[in-house]
Amino acid sequence: MYDRIREKLSILADAAKYDVSCSSSGSNRKNDNKGLGNSHASGICHTYTEDGRCVSLLKILLTNHCIYDCAFCVSRKSNDIKRAAFTVQEVVDLTISFYRRNYIEGLFLSSGIFKDADFTMERLLRIVKKLRLEERFNGYIHLKTIPGASRELLTEAGLYADRMSINLEMPTETGLKLLAPDKSHEEVKKPLGFIQNTITQYKDEKKTGLIKSIPKFVPAGQSTQMVIGATPETDMEIMYSAAEYYKNFKLKRVYYSGYIPISYDSRMPQIGSQPPLLRENRLYQTDSLMRFYGFEVHELLNPNNPHLDTDIDPKLSWALRNPEQFPVDINTADYRMILRIPGIGTQSALKIIKARKFGKLRSDQLKKIGVAYNRAKFFMRCADTPYQLNDPEPSHIKGLILSETNSKYLKVAQNQLSLF
Amino acid sequence: MITYVFDGSFEGLLTAIFEFYEYKPKAVQLFWDRHYQPSMLEEPHIVTSDPAKADRVWKGLKKKISPEWLFNFYRTYLSEDPVIFQHLFEFARYVFDNPPGAENNFGNPHVMAVSKMNRMVGREKHRFTAFIRFQQTTDSIYYAPAEPDFNILPLISSFFKKRFADQKWVIYDVKRKYGLYYDLNTVEIISYEFIQNVDTSKPLLPANMLDEKEELADVLWKDYYKSTNIPARKNMKLHIQYLPKRYWKYLNEKHEKN
Repeated sequence: MYDRIREKLSILADAAKYDVSCSSSGSNRKNDNKGLGNSHASGICHTYTEDGRCVSLLKILLTNHCIYDCAFCVSRKSNDIKRAAFTVQEVVDLTISFYRRNYIEGLFLSSGIFKDADFTMERLLRIVKKLRLEERFNGYIHLKTIPGASRELLTEAGLYADRMSINLEMPTETGLKLLAPDKSHEEVKKPLGFIQNTITQYKDEKKTGLIKSIPKFVPAGQSTQMVIGATPETDMEIMYSAAEYYKNFKLKRVYYSGYIPISYDSRMPQIGSQPPLLRENRLYQTDSLMRFYGFEVHELLNPNNPHLDTDIDPKLSWALRNPEQFPVDINTADYRMILRIPGIGTQSALKIIKARKFGKLRSDQLKKIGVAYNRAKFFMRCADTPYQLNDPEPSHIKGLILSETNSKYLKVAQNQLSLF
Repeated sequence: MITYVFDGSFEGLLTAIFEFYEYKPKAVQLFWDRHYQPSMLEEPHIVTSDPAKADRVWKGLKKKISPEWLFNFYRTYLSEDPVIFQHLFEFARYVFDNPPGAENNFGNPHVMAVSKMNRMVGREKHRFTAFIRFQQTTDSIYYAPAEPDFNILPLISSFFKKRFADQKWVIYDVKRKYGLYYDLNTVEIISYEFIQNVDTSKPLLPANMLDEKEELADVLWKDYYKSTNIPARKNMKLHIQYLPKRYWKYLNEKHEKN
């Protein structure tokens, strides 16, 4: 008796899962109408799938019918798969039913394009409005911006959604044209820019304090995604593109999705080849270094180093390329430099700054604070560091670190070798 | 070294700190009475919880440390860990005996131990905002049993009250045999008698106690969980790191494949 809805959910969740964003953070919607739900500043992962990814939102397509034929997409017009579509009410009921049982933080709603952009966007908007206005739902809503939808529809959608996103799909315009001739990055930039400007307008109006209650407009900001490994871009091209979008559109996140072969198209990796998980991991590490560690993208990737190392992470790699910056004295250096020491994260760096006011820190204290001392020790000095006549060569340090951490990297690396 | 034995309550812990300053022994070894083995060689000092003494210590701490640390002190207590009780005791002494700001000295072993446990309790609290799974009953109460590592119910109460303001719910700590009940107005603490019809040894309620919509919701959630997984990316090590097996009992999506 449940067969129909079960089949729809399976098809439309399966088709939506290649969009990797699962974030439910950054919003602050409160439940002050005694309705259902609120959003939690730090986001909550309600469960994890066997691939180790977080499940925070009910991530579905409204439909997988699509007029486009993008080679990298499962829902492309020419793909011979089962098609399905939810009704507005079905999406609303599913969301509420899951939310009330604390299965999810909210809804991530995307869709194939049926008929045209406005028709699709209008249908998505109807669902979101129904949730907010009729069900008094204050949980998290991530809504896809449909490229080419009218400004009126986008403005209205922004009043109900917490986050909006629109995917670049491929890191460069050339890559995109190769696989999706009907699409362009210009089409993505227009709505990204329009929504960003509207966010700023609402914020500015709030700052003036003239009007008491300014409605929320996309309070958790915008994000985008690019597929990695379907087209031949270098890591440098990918991260420069990401940095540009972070800067120009104040994006909250850029997601990197290792391409999972879903097509026999000869332009792309074949079905059965492994997704580039290690490369994806290195890109995310680079992304974090840019967002939280104060690195500029050109420090990590540049024409001399257009690719990230596979055997070591980008922070260690940077440190080994710049031996003149080390060793850093933990007891005197500023926060910025402490953060650049391999083996020290943001939490430990903050604790070091606070704790050293009480006296010079020793290695045993650093270990307790949470520093990965066996890695950090090559790049720092503390109160009990023995005097050293000459600094070891970077290549020697790399060897020492790799020999100590071999299990983790070796395993991953072997697993990955077949990809390249 | 003198032995203090207290009843394991927060009030008792604060009273013990008060009585340290009252009697000024050199050093104190603090025991939770549940774990204390009397011995012939020593005469322990029995700490009797005293609200007035506890209140004075709490107010004293309030003056010495930031509101954030004051909350962390309480949160760390909820770990119910006998070793941590000793660290909390020493931590309080350390901040009382030093100028303001001492709580930021992460080089001090007690500050670090408390700070570490505080994070662990915080993580457990966060996990239970995520891993609670409600089942809708025939009388429209959403019921969720749980077995957290630490006593985190007091920490998640307001989270669930705010989020599920328009539905009645019960969260029951099976290990500690008490729970929270929200009746659309306030959250009350309930004892096992409140749910005496429920077999708390089982994670799921029997079908006759469940609302008719519960079965479909459960099936669809399991379907969704399966469909949203990408088999080509399978990584069980990471999966178990994020979702340790001890939590699976109450996660319906992890119950055997249907």
